[in-house]
Amino acid sequence: MKVNQLNHPIPGTTIFDGVQARKGYALNKMCFSFNSAENREEFKRDEDAYCKKYGLNAQQHDAIRNRNVLQLIAAGGNIYYLAKFGGIFGLDVQDVGAQQTGMSKEAFKAKLAAAGR
Amino acid sequence: MAKIIGCITTTHVPSIGGAIAKKLQNDPYWSPFFDGFKPVHAWLKKVKPDVAVVIYNDHGLNFFLDKLPTFAVGAASEYRHADEGWGIPVVAPFRGDLDLSWHLINTLVDKEFDITTCQEMLVDHAFTIPMSLLWPGGESPPVRAVPICINTVQFPIPSARRSYKLGEAIGSAIESWDSDAKVLVMGTGGLSHQLDGERAGFINKEFDLKFMDSLIKQPDWATQYSSTELVELVGSQGVELLMWLAARAALPGPVHKVHSNYHIPISNTASGLMLIETVH
Repeated sequence: MKVNQLNHPIPGTTIFDGVQARKGYALNKMCFSFNSAENREEFKRDEDAYCKKYGLNAQQHDAIRNRNVLQLIAAGGNIYYLAKFGGIFGLDVQDVGAQQTGMSKEAFKAKLAAAGR
Repeated sequence: MAKIIGCITTTHVPSIGGAIAKKLQNDPYWSPFFDGFKPVHAWLKKVKPDVAVVIYNDHGLNFFLDKLPTFAVGAASEYRHADEGWGIPVVAPFRGDLDLSWHLINTLVDKEFDITTCQEMLVDHAFTIPMSLLWPGGESPPVRAVPICINTVQFPIPSARRSYKLGEAIGSAIESWDSDAKVLVMGTGGLSHQLDGERAGFINKEFDLKFMDSLIKQPDWATQYSSTELVELVGSQGVELLMWLAARAALPGPVHKVHSNYHIPISNTASGLMLIETVH
């Protein structure tokens, strides 16, 4: 059964459905572990070892190395767990939005403010 | 029997927690948002609810993809917040209400909502921030609480129609609770926003305002939309309006809009607030 009830994809949007959840399980499980300060420290001490411990595939591991949110989503990442990964580097959702849209943070914030007018 | 006094629906953006901790309520960026709560504070002082049923969505604090309930009801004497990974301060625990929790659980299952019961449940910013907004000052809120969580992390998420029906069932359960408590229903999340993908930053003011209006004039209006239609209309995370729908559906009989506020942006989100009281 189709999860998307629309007859078209939504541009720039990946619905986090069973396909993504299956693909991204290891990646999301690792990011979920970043709720714990101890785990965040362990990741920072040896990033590659931490990714291996959670069984990330090559695509996921590369996307983590690249700190690239669109690549992380393509690798099955869910934004709520990815936000915890971003938190390790002090990134907020506007940093993440700016990166994904190829804008500066200031331009991204201006775009948000413009939506209110 | 218990009495439902009204519902309050509000945005729960994490950065609000940071702004509260840094006391930025009067900062020019934040004041259009925080000022919106002043009439809510006055109303709460007047009506003094005893219990709050808080309909919210977890973002990966209590639930992970290993076991992800569509609907979950808290059944704990205390609910704790915890580290969510990106640095908002952890707030003090909240008191539960076991009698209402189990009455809700028994009634909802009887009405064919096969909910998950949680005798231990961490509550994330979607629960804690609205509590801090309604009862500011850093002390524990003067209400007991029952959290009800709706999945919006992983599709398929429950439809708007199903969430509305859940709200109706919650309302009739509260009304059949043998207690003299005054009960407030809260719905947290939204309004339009999208955090992920090239479409990040998407906001739909026209739809949000129409939706808020519908909660007074025709509360089941948004149930015409499928979940993916809602993603298209309000963004991937804007689907949190399901919490608003469920909270509104819990109100019995005629209602009166006491207050509303709408402001863009708070973080990446169109922030909304509504206070609707029941007319007895």
